[in-house]
Amino acid sequence: MSPTAWMAWPVILPLLGAVLALLVGRKGVRVVAGVASVATFTASAVLTWEVATRGVLRQAIGGWGPPLGIEWRADGLAVLMLLTIGVVGPLISVHALDHLGDREDREFLPLWLFVWCALNALVLSADAFNLYVTLELVTLASVALIAVRRDRPGLDAGLRYLLFALPGSLLYLLGVALLYGLYSALDLGLLGQRITPGPVAWVAAGVMTLGLCLKTPLFPLHVWLPPTYTGAPTPVTALLSALISKGSYYVLLRLWLEVFTPILDWQVGQFLGVLGAAAVLWGSLLALSQSQLKRVVAYSSVAQIGYMFLLFPMATLGARTGAVYLVVSHAAAKASMFVAVGNIHQAVGITELGGVQGLAYRMPFTFLAMALGGISLIGMPPSGGFIAKWILLEESIWTGQWWWGLVLLLGGLLASAYVFRILRGSFLPLPPGVTVRSIPLGNELAPLALALIALVLGLVPWFPLELLAVGTAR
Amino acid sequence: MNPWAVYALSGVAMFSVGLVGLFSHEHPVKRILASNIAGSGVLLVLVALARREPTGAPDPVPHALVLTGIVVSVSATALGVALARRIARIDATAKAESTGASDPEAGGGSA
Repeated sequence: MSPTAWMAWPVILPLLGAVLALLVGRKGVRVVAGVASVATFTASAVLTWEVATRGVLRQAIGGWGPPLGIEWRADGLAVLMLLTIGVVGPLISVHALDHLGDREDREFLPLWLFVWCALNALVLSADAFNLYVTLELVTLASVALIAVRRDRPGLDAGLRYLLFALPGSLLYLLGVALLYGLYSALDLGLLGQRITPGPVAWVAAGVMTLGLCLKTPLFPLHVWLPPTYTGAPTPVTALLSALISKGSYYVLLRLWLEVFTPILDWQVGQFLGVLGAAAVLWGSLLALSQSQLKRVVAYSSVAQIGYMFLLFPMATLGARTGAVYLVVSHAAAKASMFVAVGNIHQAVGITELGGVQGLAYRMPFTFLAMALGGISLIGMPPSGGFIAKWILLEESIWTGQWWWGLVLLLGGLLASAYVFRILRGSFLPLPPGVTVRSIPLGNELAPLALALIALVLGLVPWFPLELLAVGTAR
Repeated sequence: MNPWAVYALSGVAMFSVGLVGLFSHEHPVKRILASNIAGSGVLLVLVALARREPTGAPDPVPHALVLTGIVVSVSATALGVALARRIARIDATAKAESTGASDPEAGGGSA
């Protein structure tokens, strides 16, 4: 098979698996989803290998290249995202199997495969309109996932997410329309060559950024996040925070670093950076003041997304590496924490932060995962979060913008406060009258596996860092 | 003003009206309709931008995009309406149950 042909498989295989999983009966779902997951991961890994050895791969869909057709492109960044989705997603879905009920199980797996297919297509696409379609596919499949329990909180959360994600996509689409009207191109590469600073380009960049920030979400557009993340079933929250929210951020990163580069000046960068810094501080402070365990972790996501926007004021290749490294390590660490929260809810049925009391002795793996994930969120070594923050800190000093480094350090301090708040409680004696239901071993090990990935990212960062450099030579 | 500019600006106006409606209403069906209006506004902009000078023959690419956009917006609307319907049904059941359950109590208390 030609190396470029491998690009189709990470999208075709989960789609095929999703359709088959919907068709087979109750028992077959797990088998079909399992086979599809292994196959999709293998395809992603092979594509990664091809990119690592041969460099950037391009595929004109249906033989029609730009300007008329759509091109998919696999560079180091794209395949690193494919790998992240392919490792973190299946581990979350393993946890979902025993966490959700039997009927939800039958619907969760195909819906997750649809999300996986859409995310992989989003990561590979290099066409502005094709990206709109993949963004919408991700949204629609995610909404169905959020509402998979069909209970009132889940349905509310799903509808709320849909009604915030829709205007986000529409703002993005309006920007695509303006760009096409001005430059007659949709391919990101072509747009990047043709773009010139001017009022229409400014408006296009503005509405697209606004729309994508609404979807990600960036402070102060995060109002929908806490209620949505709390209302969704916990495995779905893990998917939302770890992978789905990164989809719109990925598009934003591609747009600003590959298309809008000529208009990314000092003011724009500082503006996005200030919003990111505000997200870090505001999100962390609110995480610190929550009384519900799941909301602590949800607000922590607002803060972690904030760090990723510190890339834009620095706008160097190094800062891009740091931000993407944070995307990857946050995916593993936050997924591990949400899955651990799911285990705690399942074990004691208490959603309050005080519900963790005494559980460290009864659910050691879950709390080990929580602690390791927390280390990465704080940015302590050894963890992926540390490497990411270290790179960003270095860049902030090299670009002479030390104030972003201050935000990184302050955010880490606040993160350690809310992580310790959870961990401290878990080592207190178990309050009398609380019964701890036992959790299947698989569910205890899933968050640990995720947390170990965040740890390993801090120990052996060379492979992802080298991979990220593929396709950045200009 | 050129006719195409009128269409494009009307599209932007429609989009803005939809966006305002989306964030100023509480009722889910109103918000879904508002998102539909906003979506149609964007598609109208795309149709208007398909004009090509000086031949006057329209550019087919935006038309293809509009068709795709319509499919996406139909799916999103259907999903939104399905969720809103299910929420309404759950509320109706809860209401019926609560009135049903409180009936004997109310009967015993007041009569």
